[in-house]
Order: sequence, then C-alpha cells, then structure tokens
Amino acid sequence: MNSLIKITARCLRSGAPAYLPRPADGRAWSAPARFLCADVKKDLGEMVKKDKVVVFMKGTPAQPMCGFSNAVVQILRMHGVDEYAAYNVLEDQDLRQGVKDFSNWPTIPQVYFNGEFVGGCDILLQMHQNGDLVDELQKLGISSALLNAEKESK
Amino acid sequence: MMSGLLPHPLMLPTVLRCARPISTSLALSRPLAHFRPHMDPDPSRPVERAIRSKLTNTLQPDYLEVHNESHMHAVPPGSESHFRVLVVSSQFEGLALIKRHRLVNEALKEELSSCVHALAIQAKTPEQWGSNPALAKSPPCMGGSKGDHTVEEKLKGGRE
Repeated sequence: MNSLIKITARCLRSGAPAYLPRPADGRAWSAPARFLCADVKKDLGEMVKKDKVVVFMKGTPAQPMCGFSNAVVQILRMHGVDEYAAYNVLEDQDLRQGVKDFSNWPTIPQVYFNGEFVGGCDILLQMHQNGDLVDELQKLGISSALLNAEKESK
Repeated sequence: MMSGLLPHPLMLPTVLRCARPISTSLALSRPLAHFRPHMDPDPSRPVERAIRSKLTNTLQPDYLEVHNESHMHAVPPGSESHFRVLVVSSQFEGLALIKRHRLVNEALKEELSSCVHALAIQAKTPEQWGSNPALAKSPPCMGGSKGDHTVEEKLKGGRE
C-alpha cells in the first residue's frame, strides 16, 4: 500500500495527470470509457518512463497476491534491485485492463526497463537464468548483486 | 484427497453459478473425472483443445505440451483458466524471447481475452529443446484469484 501511495504522490507532485487508486467496485468512476482509456494510456506512457524499473503486478512487493508476480519480486530482490515502481493492478480494474492494452500483453505481471516492455514472469526468469538480466540491469546503470557476488568469489 | 468434490465453502455458490453444466455433473458423479493425465485429450475440455489446435496450426511445433494448471490456483474445480504451454518450433529461430511469446499470445488471442486468465510460456527452438528438455515449474499460487470478480467473469466465458 505504501508504495502505491508514494507513487500516487509522485504523480501529483510532478503535475502528471493523477493516477489515483479507485474504489474496488468502480462505480464512482463510470465516466465514458473512451475518455478514461485515453487518460489511462497517457498515464501509463508516463508511468513506465518515470522509473528505470517498473512492474505491474498483483499485490505489492511486500505482499504479492500471485505466484507469478511474486517470482518477479523475488528475482529483482535477488539481484539487489530495491528501487523500482510497483503498481498493484488488483486495486484498479482500469489499470489492470489498461496496462494489458498498452503493452499489448494479455497477462500480469509485466516488467518495463527504461520505458521498454521486457515481458512477464517467464521472460524475466529466463533472463535471470541465462545471465541476460545482469547485463540488462547493467545497461540501466544498476549493478546486480549477483554480479558483485560473482566478482567477490573470484 | 477429494479436493475436486469439496470446494471451499465460500466458493460453492461460485462453482454452482459459473461451472459449465457438463463439468459440474462430471465433477459430482465422477469425482476423479478431471484428474486425468495432462496429455490425455479430454473432450470435455474445450479450452485445452482449442489451445492445442491453435498452437499446432500456427506454429507447427516439433513438440508441444499444454498443461491445465487451474487446479493449482484459487479457482473452482474443473476450471480452464490457468495454463502452461511448452512450444518447440523452428519458427522461433532468431527471435527474441518476447517476440516468441507474442507469437504464442497472438495465436491464443481469443482464449486470452475470454476465459484464460494466466498463461505460462516456454518457447524453444528445436536446438534449445534438444540441449535442455525440461518443463519449467509454476510458482506456488498466492491466492490472488480468490474473490477476484474478473476471474469469475472470465470463467463464465464472458468477454472482458
């Protein structure tokens, strides 16, 4: 919850269209769907660029609500990536559908590096297993904890 | 364990409301009906069949596995909502992982926009499969689908 509030506050401070969590039943936000979609798309465009690593997931990093989302959190943790934006799609059905449309990707979790869509849990796992993730993080200016561990053991 | 026969009490109304009549009656009259080996084509599993045939037609795989993993998640018994697929195809050669996954997603666009809620994908070239013939394992469920009304909607077969 904290991370969502922090992220929301950041959105408001930067003057970007505020992307606020909505009530679960969504009734208060039944504005014309087209208008909402344009807004969500614009918000998402900014959300994915605002942070180096962005994850759309079910639940939060502290309390994931899905095994696949949890796997993404655990992998990032293993690499020592603590600073990333995590958006909980369970809190907002517009976000949940919006990010699927935006990424043209049907499932959650979704991972973005530097505004570019990387993939879901399967892809992140394979990148972790074949060493690509360390390289990709390096390109973002993030030194993976696993890279450091490898260096230390030499 | 007769987990197929006795869903969680809170989920009972969901089972009665959303389960297709055939699946429900099978589940009640033949408790072990849906505990078939994964690779056994089951006529009462239209989604699994559709996934198999679409992937076969689109990607002409050398090898294909389609696993219904719905029983590992917080959805009613007999659901066809969570799948894991392993596709070995030479069409993946030279393609980045994300492009391979997008091909699979595209082939299964209809299922993914209706009742399939989660799809785990392994997309390998024949060479990659030859050097590491192993099916990845899905992480344990953390209950996110329970009480998730959009999953209920999907299971009813409604489009989002």
